[in-house]
Amino acid sequence: MPFIPHTENEIAEMLVAIGANKIDDLFDEIPSEVPRADIEKMCSGMSEQDIIRLSAERAPNYQPGSCFIGAGAYEHFIPSAVWDIVTRGEFYTAYTPYQPEASQGTLQVIYEYQTMMTELMVMEVSNASLYDGASALVEAVLMALRIQKNNSKKILVPHNLHPHYRDVLKSILDYHPIELIAWEYEKETGCVNVSQLNQFAKDELAAVIISQPNFFGCVEEVDTLTNLAQEKNALVVGVVNPIAMALLKPPGQWGNNGADIACGEGQPLGVPLAGGGPYFGFLCCRKKDIRQLPGRIVGRTQDAKGRDGFVLTLQAREQHIRRAKATSNICTNQGLLVTAATIYMRMMGGGGLQSVAKKCHENTEKLKQLLSEMDGVKIVFNSPTFHEFVVQFENPLSDIVAVMKKNNIQPGLILDAHYPELTNSLLVCVTDTKTMQDLEKYCMSVRVKEKAGV
Amino acid sequence: MSDCPRELHYTDSHEWVRLESDDTVVIGITDFAQHQLGDLVFVELPDVMSGLEKGDELAVVESVKTAADVYAPITGTIFEVNPQLESNPGLINEDPYGRGWICRIKPENLDELDELLDADGYQKVTAEENEE
Repeated sequence: MPFIPHTENEIAEMLVAIGANKIDDLFDEIPSEVPRADIEKMCSGMSEQDIIRLSAERAPNYQPGSCFIGAGAYEHFIPSAVWDIVTRGEFYTAYTPYQPEASQGTLQVIYEYQTMMTELMVMEVSNASLYDGASALVEAVLMALRIQKNNSKKILVPHNLHPHYRDVLKSILDYHPIELIAWEYEKETGCVNVSQLNQFAKDELAAVIISQPNFFGCVEEVDTLTNLAQEKNALVVGVVNPIAMALLKPPGQWGNNGADIACGEGQPLGVPLAGGGPYFGFLCCRKKDIRQLPGRIVGRTQDAKGRDGFVLTLQAREQHIRRAKATSNICTNQGLLVTAATIYMRMMGGGGLQSVAKKCHENTEKLKQLLSEMDGVKIVFNSPTFHEFVVQFENPLSDIVAVMKKNNIQPGLILDAHYPELTNSLLVCVTDTKTMQDLEKYCMSVRVKEKAGV
Repeated sequence: MSDCPRELHYTDSHEWVRLESDDTVVIGITDFAQHQLGDLVFVELPDVMSGLEKGDELAVVESVKTAADVYAPITGTIFEVNPQLESNPGLINEDPYGRGWICRIKPENLDELDELLDADGYQKVTAEENEE
């Protein structure tokens, strides 16, 4: 039921009916020794994000603004309306229905999702989503190999790609006749080594993976890399953060011809961290390659009476028809999470996504600046970053982490398990959920330890 | 009974083969096959100059309800593909033995043609499939 306030006239009428002069008279019953709130002194209004933050701060056992770990899963503010709408009975299913055309609403949501993803990525087509970011990348690589037919089977995989994504690639592709070649990153920039790409002969590589931003948060020189790869007839697979694409150049505009395939983790678009999942993967490509695109695709058409409607289209690529020869047999789509992403993107709009991206970047730059001014703290890579960066400490990391934990801060991902060369280092992420006070508290905790170390 | 011209060679996987005067062969799918598939919406054609073994996947034909592989009836090299199928795959439905041809192959060994079915043999195959 909607909230409809009374008009001044209605209030006056009601006061007359009960014989009271003014509304305050109704509270005369309350004993005068009980303190009364002064309505005039209440603040005029706060944004939804601020009020949620305020309530969270007052709740016991929970510290908002304390998690500085990103590394593939990102905490963003999600308007309450998103999941309120998602959990309506009409939407509340994880699956595309078995009689899809009977569920026009579900198909329309997916169609709108596809439309928005193609706009965000500036790619021609999108599927209805995949299982998660890592499996979307595997599908992108398999797709690239099908497009390249019987040519090269070599894939260049950056070492600054998310370590879990590299693991999933290895697990799934290990039994295919595919060679994954490690692409080294430069020690100073944290970005991939261009001259290594240059050393490959024409037609030697089937595809080149570019992570934007890369695992270290650094922004890659995508134009140069894309042009160079495509000159060698390699397809370019962009693994991108969707929020970052509101600020950085989207894959469809990389280099002279754009990336061939774009994929990634959709979680930042309205899906809460929720202890690691469920999330969803996205996958976009050129229209000419649509028959190699795995997963469901919703199309818009007209029925016999000329009315607009939505259908599952190009199903002959899919497992229920093509069986073993389908484009993929593990192309689970994440309908419910896609619904959340669609509603999130619709609520934020292009400008809203851009301001989230800007806030993330500005907050990150602030913390980077504050930390770089401190003794015993080093920003490891000199490339521009989006909302994550690598920081190295002189004092033992375990001591700093211990102080942070005492202050209820998760300071970042400890990197040496994945990158032994990055000792005593953290991958720190700052999103739109952080305030200046959060950043100062973070620096304070580092400073306490640094002082104690002297 | 579907149409199957007497001068052609056939496979039991529903391809037809026509020997040309220059010793190349033209390949397509039969009237029976196009009828079973229904309206074709897409044909994935092979690369010209690629080599094929007999039985290799040659092309994929896709209709509104299914997709099927077309297999090489003979070993050889692809010489030419029907460019009109890219924009008009329905040619296979309209004229499977004429304008709906798929590709032209230069066979390695023309004797392989003798291993294929003649029109009578192929009609037996389709009659059996109809019974099923």
